[in-house]
Amino acid sequence: MSEIFVQIDGKEVEAREGMTVLEAAQSAGISIPTLCHHEKLEPFGGCRLCIVEVRVGDWTKRVVSCVYTVEENLVVRTRSEKIDKIRKMILELQLSHAPDSPELLDLAKEYGADKDRFEKEASFCIHCGLCVRYCAEVKKKNAVGFVDRGIRKEICFIPEIASKECWDCKECFPLCPTEALQAAFVLTKSLISPPPSFEPTSEK
Amino acid sequence: MPRINSPSELEKLRQDILSNRDPQKPCITLCSGSACHATGSGEVAASIEAEIEKQGLGAEVEVRKTGCHGFCERGPIIVNHPEETCYLQIKPEDAPEIVSQAVKEKGIVERLLYTDPNTDEKISRESEIPFYKNQKRLVFGSNGSIDPKSIDDYLAIGGYSALEKALFQMTPEQVLEEVKKSNLRGRGGGGFPTGRKWEESRNAPGDIKYVIVNADEGDPGAYMDRSLLEGNPHSVLEGLMIGAFAIGSTEGYIYVRQEYPLAVENLTIAIKQAEKYGFLGKSILGFDFDFTIKVHKGAGAFVCGESSALMTALEGRAGEPRPKYIHTAVKGVWDYPSVLNNVETWANVPLIINKGADWFTQIGTEKSKGTKIFSVVGKITNTGLVEVPMGMSLRDIIYEIGGGIPGGKKFKAVQTGGPSGGCIPENLLDLEVGYDELTKAGSMMGSGGMIVMDEDTCMVDVARYFIDFLTDESCGKCVPCREGLRQMLKVLTNITEGKGSEGDIELLEELSEVAKEASLCALGTSAPNPFLSTVRYFRDEYEAHIKEKRCPALSCKELIAYHIDPVKCQACMICSRKCPADAIDGGKKKIHIIDQEKCTKCGTCFEVCPPRFGAVNKISGEPVPSTIPEDERMITKKSPRKSK
Repeated sequence: MSEIFVQIDGKEVEAREGMTVLEAAQSAGISIPTLCHHEKLEPFGGCRLCIVEVRVGDWTKRVVSCVYTVEENLVVRTRSEKIDKIRKMILELQLSHAPDSPELLDLAKEYGADKDRFEKEASFCIHCGLCVRYCAEVKKKNAVGFVDRGIRKEICFIPEIASKECWDCKECFPLCPTEALQAAFVLTKSLISPPPSFEPTSEK
Repeated sequence: MPRINSPSELEKLRQDILSNRDPQKPCITLCSGSACHATGSGEVAASIEAEIEKQGLGAEVEVRKTGCHGFCERGPIIVNHPEETCYLQIKPEDAPEIVSQAVKEKGIVERLLYTDPNTDEKISRESEIPFYKNQKRLVFGSNGSIDPKSIDDYLAIGGYSALEKALFQMTPEQVLEEVKKSNLRGRGGGGFPTGRKWEESRNAPGDIKYVIVNADEGDPGAYMDRSLLEGNPHSVLEGLMIGAFAIGSTEGYIYVRQEYPLAVENLTIAIKQAEKYGFLGKSILGFDFDFTIKVHKGAGAFVCGESSALMTALEGRAGEPRPKYIHTAVKGVWDYPSVLNNVETWANVPLIINKGADWFTQIGTEKSKGTKIFSVVGKITNTGLVEVPMGMSLRDIIYEIGGGIPGGKKFKAVQTGGPSGGCIPENLLDLEVGYDELTKAGSMMGSGGMIVMDEDTCMVDVARYFIDFLTDESCGKCVPCREGLRQMLKVLTNITEGKGSEGDIELLEELSEVAKEASLCALGTSAPNPFLSTVRYFRDEYEAHIKEKRCPALSCKELIAYHIDPVKCQACMICSRKCPADAIDGGKKKIHIIDQEKCTKCGTCFEVCPPRFGAVNKISGEPVPSTIPEDERMITKKSPRKSK
């Protein structure tokens, strides 16, 4: 694969063709915040936190770095007034759902995000999809998925699969930036292994 | 049906069809599009057919059920050929008169003709009715004259001659060049140059390429694509075939909404007929070109009109968009180059190939060529589908074709471009309709929705309505759209309920900016438009809601009150009887009063109070006047009531 030279925050970075801007930055030790990115998973582009400014020729645009691939002579700025403003708002929006997530709170400090800006709707899940995609792409089990759409979207374990696969795996737990995943699992667990008193009595 | 294996066989077939048709033979065309169907065209058709049988005219007159004629406000519509006499708002009981007078006696049924509201003159010919006279119906025109279930009808008007021309007289490169030269731009929303899209796909590596029809029309109030598919499906198929030939594709898809059953039915019939004649399949028309089309029914998600979401759904997965820094024209369905164009775009292609790019570019403005079909709905006299050359002013569309605002009301705004379009105010009515012109005004062409609003429409509530729609339709994948819209909806709802506060407009602006800049797909990036355009042109309405808790259009329920003027009230008891909430106290000769606690603000009293009294007032932003003392409520002759 051919090498491509890009400039990230004034630093010359050598990247391989097909690499994303995020990967190129990480390889050079430049940090870009992410919430839905995982190196083992296909880029998702959902949280939009890794948005950066790129200049190709005379044209400046904002792109999400986890999806945008490098090209020759690309000039990247990982922070700007506008970028910071967008990240701040994204964090504030997410914090209304997961106000106690340490990961979000750390980022909030960095970008001056007010965790109380929006009314709390503590559903915990911020729809990063890490658990769903990890289970599908790495474990190939699809034991956890998204249900419904848009603002009603939730993560949900599929009991039939979860009862077989999840007990000994739980690899998705540490991926969750909030506590939502564990909560969903506990709920499923209670559904698929009800306490003895709730077990249906067998028919005659 | 014989299979056609060469251009000469096609020509022979066409001549055979035409020689069996007498253009002078009486023919009744009856609109059977969805809108007319809803107003009873099915029953009308049955009664006309029965009447023709009864009067023994079966052999002398043909009844043809066509697609949508466009003048939906006045449907069901019948046109009597060859005279082209147009009858409107037909009921089944009109059938005997139409058949005996118009068909048998070759006369005219005066009472069913169009009456010009300005001159009171009756107009008999369809093409002379102002609604039609001011249009240029190139794409939509055949809808009213052919039976969409008959490929022979399409062949009789020259159908598939463009395909034949492309295959036998042009190379794929020449077809592509012609489309590029025509400057045809996508009719579905973005307005991307069609030829450039095709070229990208054609030049993309790989042998497998797809062409797709985007028939996932989801804008509230829009039904252009639906009517084209229902009324003239072959024109879309022919365009798709030509596109496939130009880019080197052998497989096409039509992604159509499941909620369009008639469109699906007519498309499926059309594809079967085209296959039988050999317009689809192997070696089309004997030429070395294979092409098949499959119909894919979408499950009703607005976001699936977005190209990458549509393609994801086509692959059988949840319809969520994916990042497309690489165009879908290069990496689309199953990562193969895929050309996706809207129904109307495809239907333009045969015209361009037949008549040439030079002809096409004579129509329209410098940057927007050809015609555009709009669905003109809302507070407008002539609701319907209109096709006009690009560059016609909004004023001409709304007043010349649309007949203006009904009920003597004042025009306030026109919302174009679907839910994520924008509202254009009165002082911009002379704006020429074109892609760039509409974008500059803060709206967009979109797929051609045009919702007309009058003075009774609250612009803040309009923004709230569309943001509500978009919040519901957001796929939820990216944060700026899912969460940003959720918050925008909350703020807008608060404002319309009188709970707005200082800083709301600024917060909405900030949320809009982030959604516009950082959303994953066009749904999110365009979603703030309903707010941005209304705050741009109607900021005073926002401020009145927030600062004065007043709705200037007297529309937001939480901000208005109904009040009976004691001086005007004649104690007729109509309102108190009609009030569904039992909130009006009053009796014979006793001035009525509304119990504000009980009132649900349904507006019934306002509507039923006789205009000659006009005693019920709608008020906003001011306290409800205190009720008159009990002892002054009786109306007596001795105390003439004068306004104080």
